[in-house]
Amino acid sequence: MNVNQSAPPVPPFGQPQPIYPGYHQSSYGGQPGSTAAPTPYGAYNGPVPGYQHAPPPPGVSRAPPSSGAPPASTAQGPCGQNAYGQFGQGDVQNGPSSTVQMQRLPGSQPFGSAPLAPVVSQPAVLQPYGPPPTSAQVTAQLAGMQISGAVAPASPPSGLGYGPPTSLASASGNFPNSGLYGSYPQGQAPPLGQTQGHPGAQPPQRSVPPQASSFTPPASGGPRMPSMTGPHLPGQSFGGPPGSQSNHVSSPSPQALPSGTQMTGPPGPPPPMHSSQQPGYQLQQNGSFGPARGPQPNYGSPYPGAATFGSQPGPPQPLPPKRLDPDAIPSPIQVIEDDRNNRGSEPFVTGVRGQVPPLVTTNFLVKDQGNASPRYIRCTSYNIPCTSDMAKQAQVPLAAVIKPLARLPPEEASPYVVDHGESGPLRCNRCKAYMCPFMQFIEGGRRFQCCFCSCINDVPPQYFQHLDHTGKRVDAYDRPELSLGSYEFLATVDYCKNNKFPSPPAFIFMIDVSYNAIRSGLVRLLCEELKSLLDFLPREGGAEESAIRVGFVTYNKVLHFYNVKSSLAQPQMMVVSDVGDMFVPLLDGFLVNVNESRAVITSLLDQIPEMFADTRETETVFAPVIQAGMEALKAAECAGKLFLFHTSLPIAEAPGKLKNRDDRKLINTDKEKTLFQPQTGAYQTLAKECVAQGCCVDLFLFPNQYVDVATLSVVPQLTGGSVYKYACFQVENDQERFLSDLRRDVQKVIGFDAVMRVRTSTGIRAVDFFGAFYMSNTTDVELAGLDGDKTVTVEFKHDDRLNEESGALLQCALLYTSCAGQRRLRIHNLALNCCTQLADLYRNCETDTLINYMAKFAYRGVLNSPVKTVRDALITQCAQILACYRKNCASPSSAGQLILPECMKLLPVYLNCVLKSDVLQPGAEVTTDDRAYVRQLVISMDVAETNVFFYPRLLPLTKSPIESTTEPPAVRASEERLSNGDIYLLENGLNLFLWVGASVQQGVVQSLFGVSSFSQITSGLSVLPVLDNLLSKKVRGLIDNLRAQRSRYMKLIVVKQEDKLEMLFKHFLVEDKSLSGGASYVDFLCHMHKEIRQLLS
Amino acid sequence: MATYLEFIQQNEERDGVRFSWNVWPSSRLEATRMVVPLACLLTPLKERPDLPPVQYEPVLCSRPTCKAILNPLCQVDYRAKLWACNFCFQRNQFPPAYAGISEVNQPAELLPQFSTIEYVIQRGAPSPLIFLYVVDTCLEEDDLQALKESLQMSLSLLPPDALVGLITFGRMVQVHELSCEGISKSYVFRGTKDLTAKQIQDMLGLTKPAVPMQPARPAQPQDQPFISSRFLQPVHKIDMNLTDLLGELQRDPWPVTQGKRPLRSTGVALSIAVGLLEGTFPNTGARIMLFTGGPPTQGPGIVVGDELKVPIRSWHDIEKDNARFMKKATKHYEMLASRTAANGHCIDIYACALDQTGLLEMKCCTNLTGGHMVMGDSFNTSLFKQTFQRIFSKDFNGNFRMAFGATLEVKTSRELKIAGAVGPCVSLNVRGPCVSENELGVGGTSQWKICGLDPTSTLGIYFEVVNQHNAPVPQGGRGAIQFVTQYQHSSTQRRIRVTTIARNWADAQSQLKHIEAAFDQEAAAVLMARLGVFRTESEEGPDVLRWLDRQLIRLCQKFGQYNKEDPTSFRLSDSFSLYPQFMFHLRRSPFLQVFNNSPDESSYYRHHFARQDLTQSLIMIQPILYSYSFHGPPEPVLLDSSSILADRILLMDTFFQIVIYLGETIAQWRKAGYQDMPEYENFKHLLQAPLDDAQEILQARFPMPRYINTEHGGSQARFLLSKVNPSQTHNNLYAWGQETGAPILTDDVSLQVFMDHLKKLAVSSAC
Repeated sequence: MNVNQSAPPVPPFGQPQPIYPGYHQSSYGGQPGSTAAPTPYGAYNGPVPGYQHAPPPPGVSRAPPSSGAPPASTAQGPCGQNAYGQFGQGDVQNGPSSTVQMQRLPGSQPFGSAPLAPVVSQPAVLQPYGPPPTSAQVTAQLAGMQISGAVAPASPPSGLGYGPPTSLASASGNFPNSGLYGSYPQGQAPPLGQTQGHPGAQPPQRSVPPQASSFTPPASGGPRMPSMTGPHLPGQSFGGPPGSQSNHVSSPSPQALPSGTQMTGPPGPPPPMHSSQQPGYQLQQNGSFGPARGPQPNYGSPYPGAATFGSQPGPPQPLPPKRLDPDAIPSPIQVIEDDRNNRGSEPFVTGVRGQVPPLVTTNFLVKDQGNASPRYIRCTSYNIPCTSDMAKQAQVPLAAVIKPLARLPPEEASPYVVDHGESGPLRCNRCKAYMCPFMQFIEGGRRFQCCFCSCINDVPPQYFQHLDHTGKRVDAYDRPELSLGSYEFLATVDYCKNNKFPSPPAFIFMIDVSYNAIRSGLVRLLCEELKSLLDFLPREGGAEESAIRVGFVTYNKVLHFYNVKSSLAQPQMMVVSDVGDMFVPLLDGFLVNVNESRAVITSLLDQIPEMFADTRETETVFAPVIQAGMEALKAAECAGKLFLFHTSLPIAEAPGKLKNRDDRKLINTDKEKTLFQPQTGAYQTLAKECVAQGCCVDLFLFPNQYVDVATLSVVPQLTGGSVYKYACFQVENDQERFLSDLRRDVQKVIGFDAVMRVRTSTGIRAVDFFGAFYMSNTTDVELAGLDGDKTVTVEFKHDDRLNEESGALLQCALLYTSCAGQRRLRIHNLALNCCTQLADLYRNCETDTLINYMAKFAYRGVLNSPVKTVRDALITQCAQILACYRKNCASPSSAGQLILPECMKLLPVYLNCVLKSDVLQPGAEVTTDDRAYVRQLVISMDVAETNVFFYPRLLPLTKSPIESTTEPPAVRASEERLSNGDIYLLENGLNLFLWVGASVQQGVVQSLFGVSSFSQITSGLSVLPVLDNLLSKKVRGLIDNLRAQRSRYMKLIVVKQEDKLEMLFKHFLVEDKSLSGGASYVDFLCHMHKEIRQLLS
Repeated sequence: MATYLEFIQQNEERDGVRFSWNVWPSSRLEATRMVVPLACLLTPLKERPDLPPVQYEPVLCSRPTCKAILNPLCQVDYRAKLWACNFCFQRNQFPPAYAGISEVNQPAELLPQFSTIEYVIQRGAPSPLIFLYVVDTCLEEDDLQALKESLQMSLSLLPPDALVGLITFGRMVQVHELSCEGISKSYVFRGTKDLTAKQIQDMLGLTKPAVPMQPARPAQPQDQPFISSRFLQPVHKIDMNLTDLLGELQRDPWPVTQGKRPLRSTGVALSIAVGLLEGTFPNTGARIMLFTGGPPTQGPGIVVGDELKVPIRSWHDIEKDNARFMKKATKHYEMLASRTAANGHCIDIYACALDQTGLLEMKCCTNLTGGHMVMGDSFNTSLFKQTFQRIFSKDFNGNFRMAFGATLEVKTSRELKIAGAVGPCVSLNVRGPCVSENELGVGGTSQWKICGLDPTSTLGIYFEVVNQHNAPVPQGGRGAIQFVTQYQHSSTQRRIRVTTIARNWADAQSQLKHIEAAFDQEAAAVLMARLGVFRTESEEGPDVLRWLDRQLIRLCQKFGQYNKEDPTSFRLSDSFSLYPQFMFHLRRSPFLQVFNNSPDESSYYRHHFARQDLTQSLIMIQPILYSYSFHGPPEPVLLDSSSILADRILLMDTFFQIVIYLGETIAQWRKAGYQDMPEYENFKHLLQAPLDDAQEILQARFPMPRYINTEHGGSQARFLLSKVNPSQTHNNLYAWGQETGAPILTDDVSLQVFMDHLKKLAVSSAC
């Protein structure tokens, strides 16, 4: 399966193709004999399914033979070595690759190498890698890729073909092969290949290590699967060829067992080996133990191996039994690495319809040739089913994650601004779509046909241009709107509120000056910062100074407005205590130009902390504050943004007064949803008014206790604002983080008073929207403010048939006021393919986007449904998606096999992360506010953010040579991957941990922390000392770098192994079982498989 | 014995009292037949440079229902150290301090010349005076500037320890906090929302947090100044700050679109001012001084909408019941006024605008609290500036001519009862044995509160003789009345002024001549006029006129000498001779006539009429006209069109206006520039004489009159022409074209016609 999927992508890569066939044929073809085995192996086949194709007929009978020990053994042999090598790495490096191999090895390794492995010192192993790596790696990787790829091309036809490989022998052989394949390419003869391959394999194996990652997966897949399916015992599912490929089959079926046995069979000979190879074993065992629970018996019975294992443990390592398959299952790290390697180098050119862009984790450049950059729009699938029936069947949500004002890397040009003069942008008369590259000019250019609604419009004379022989306008390349996917129009006065060009927007800083805010030092800090920050207000293009005006309000139980008119010697404070009926007490002098009023503003900011230094007022209001800001903007007739700095639950008598309703007892009850719902409807009403005025609200919270984020965030949420939360704020500890966030928030480019409309070609329709905005009707997304971090996710549904030829078009038009007060329209266009074959759909999906959508869907769902319902719905949908694939696209294979589409092989792991996120499955230490906060954050996250948020990055710091300047490769987020002799960095976009193993070398401790021993490191440290040594510089540089990538400053927390803080850290090891009951990756995969099986049966 | 005229004058100078009748008819029946009620004009704080206040407390009658104060009319038994109350005849022991009392050693209050005496009360901490400025910022730039300067100037006039506060208003209302350094703070209120006193105090943070105080710990004295100090500060501490603050005052910044009036929240501003003082300084002397340049246009107390095309209500609208905001606004201000009065504060209104400003609705604020009402065209005029300055004028002792929170109590001997009072006061609703059932003016009480008063504030107090005809007063019996005024002196002392007067009783049947001779027609005219003006509040104008006419006719019937049905035989004695003429001019006065006056003007005139002393009131009723000529020294002439001669300069004083009018010839001369020629220096002097005299009047009067310098044919001459008796009009042809006087183009009846009618009606037996 994986193969299949990978295949499609492959073509673009191009390179592999030639190889593929070769492989395919060679291995498969050759293997047929071996393939014969599959049938019996059923379970094993799982992974292989693709292969089965070819082999099926012969395979069965042959398989056994093929699997016949000899080849297998040979193959294994090499494999084993690889494994070891990898192992070595594995320990050190990412689990996946090494483990995968390991797993495979189990079978294979057992043979000779196994014993060696343990014995072999890692370094030894490494060495081999070391040398070959560079050159070898690449090839190897390619090979790996190719393999998968190769399979793919082949697979579609042969799809099932994999089956054969499943045969252990072949499989194992294959896997190693995969590794070997690298070599294989050379060795053409399939049959020979095996034999040759093996030998040949060895060399490649060396190279493998690097490749290992890619390779391993397959291997791991095999073994893990079994484990996964635990119940199914057969455990040995194949990792699709390369582990990276998603297909992992667990073959639970009883049949599998035999196969399993068979699998083991091959290893059989090595049984002892097995023992040696813990990983492999473990996998199996895990499979049985962990997930199986029930299965154990099966294990024993079905697996002769089991018995053997039991016996084996003695010699090498008895312990392994419990451990699961670490590496066999699809590894996010692997997938990310692969994509980086494959797609990071070439720019992504958007000219072709329906291309799947590189993953968000990959750095790539975009060349706009008619479709919007994936930075602006990402879709769950780039190939849409033609009919709604198909769509329903597949259950794959059709959604686009749109970030209309996304920031671009410096290398990419921001959208051109097109000025059509007084007539305004050219639009279709019927559907009002804007001129775009997909519009068809006809009748010699006198008319154009709308690509969305097919309406034929006249071309206005001033826009007329002749067509060339291809029917294209001669000036197509001179006009951004005819050649680019993204561009901007200058809006005419018709596009403005009240038919008046907008005045420049304003920022209003509204500062809580109640006792808590004063005492924590917040007010002083903030005022000090604002003095300099005001010089960095966003400005348009090359403007000398920002057009944005500023205003100041402080408040506790009453509001204080400040007149900072430049002509005043001193600012004037105006107190409004009528919070029940808020109004703005002044007009002139409230919103001012920073440069003109600088002296007065500085004086004000100097005095604010003094004025309230002795305050004893602890009560605050909230809604009136927003109301006041909104009224101020209304009075000034401009849009703008409020920056609210708030500390406590607003309990003072006023509209929007809240009471403490935090009740943990509600968790896991039907009433849990109330924790996410606002306490009162007042804030919605208020938000509506804000939106009408173009008043965006950013909220900075500094709570010491419950503040009801769920309610307070309503307005920011509906106005396109952001919420920042700094629990138990203390200047010393949190200053950096707060100031950094504040600076970024103030400086970022932002559009105001925006309306976004997504138009689609006939056949589909935008039906649902997620994000931070307000909608007063069903089509227009209204955003009081929109910045480059805010994302809107749009779901589409069919309302008619689509056409394969014409594809499907999206046009996202955003009308907004720039920070200089210019009214503009930003247009993003995207063309998608349409398919009549489900396989095409599954081949063009993007899991990260899918997860983004599903998380948002679920996070919105908790507002209205019990959390359990939401979780179940997620699981069901995911199962349906995968089952549909299995049923319609995968080669027929044993029900025991878990077959995942290549593009979605990470779906289970990611989904599991979503399911165990704080919102859907809160741990004991997660407060109600935290949940609401996270919920609200995720709703407007883009794909990259959700990706890392749900599956944190775990970076080993001391593994790679100090000198290397590149970011160390990530490892999987599991405790198993941590070695107590190392230091790791973990980040998820919000949190940043530095985990220090207990037995880290003293030298490292010294150079990083400036203390002499592990025990002297302060737990919970948030700043690394600035030390003048390579390691310290590197780590700090890395941290800075990570922070720079994220939209929010991540506060560093140093966690020592075995320390109490470690609990907090472990929460982010998302592949492990979580304390709050979240399933481990492996368990979840099993569960998923079960669900799928149920659906299939 | 001196004449009654002298007696009256003497009494007025000593006691500040003028009675309509100085010999009282001894029975109820007779009294009612006198037509003019037994009443007096009392000027409670009449300046008495010759009267040093005594530094002890008065001795009170021990009868709880009486509590009259020891006075020269009391019978004293020096041996027994007893005194008998002359009102209730209770016998009282002198207090121990009076142990040394004897015929030769009498305390001041027993000496006949101390029928009016002033005590200084030493008890209680003196509370500072409070001045709260409430300033409209919806003014033209010039006006605002002038007002700001006036206010800044006033700071130097205030006593240094007086507390000042500042509230400004326009579309919003701002209460300025004066205590802070650096940033100037103000509390802002929406101008459209009526707030209760409690809300205002909450919002200003004046309510003390409910901190459980140590039991019965009187932290009050410390707390209170602390709390209020944010908005009310001693002048000496913040005059610099406040001067700056006033200097920085800006015009209301909210845009006013074409065709609109600025939004002016006078109602709320006043309400907040009242609430602020109510919460912080109840029952201490305080002035709320409202400076406004236009009508309230929003919120409670709105008088006119902000659409300029809808003009502010006129008398015509009011008669047609077309003034849509009037009733509600009046109610709002009345409510404020009564709250203010209850707290002992007073409200001044300084309204300067060319159009009306809503004085009609707001008048109760000043009328009930004893505040000043000043109306002008602009703050940038000397009329306003000098008037305002005069508020802070000082007497010969260097004390401000103002007093606060006064309570006037009246006690009468048993033959009399109190019917009511007309003046800048509110009833305290104290019903005692000496309170009559019949009300005249504000009645039903023996005590009134006068929150703000000055040495000229005068009340009309009306009595009723209740002695029955069949229980004659013994020969030589005297009726007595005691006026007790407790007030806060501008030096912050509490003082009590006691005036005790007595008059002879006379049997009206046998001694009518005595009574007649003791008639004070001036006082009577003013007292009747006050009643008339008081009635206009509740009755239609014509009804009041009819009532006045009837009273006049009845009086003439009673006291005239005539043969029935023979008008020509009609004669009035000297003591009555001027009375009809007063009534004639009163009928034409703006107090009763609204024609040609806006409702605001009417309110303004009536306000002053109801509080000025007798002399000023008479001027208001019948303006004084002086004539200047080469023929002799200036002389008062008849207020008659016949006095308008070509070779005369006329100076008319109507109280509200000073008009200098140059006769036709004089005007021509001046035009020719004779006054600049040395040989005609006498002409120059002639021109200068009335100017000097006018200046003298202007200097003394409060409020500053409008000063009009005009000449024959000048447009402003109308002020003169509308006042004089139209003895020559286009209607009486015989006078037309003659050289004497100037004809007036009016249909009004002349005094002559009026008198003819009066005589006819008086002698007719029909009514």
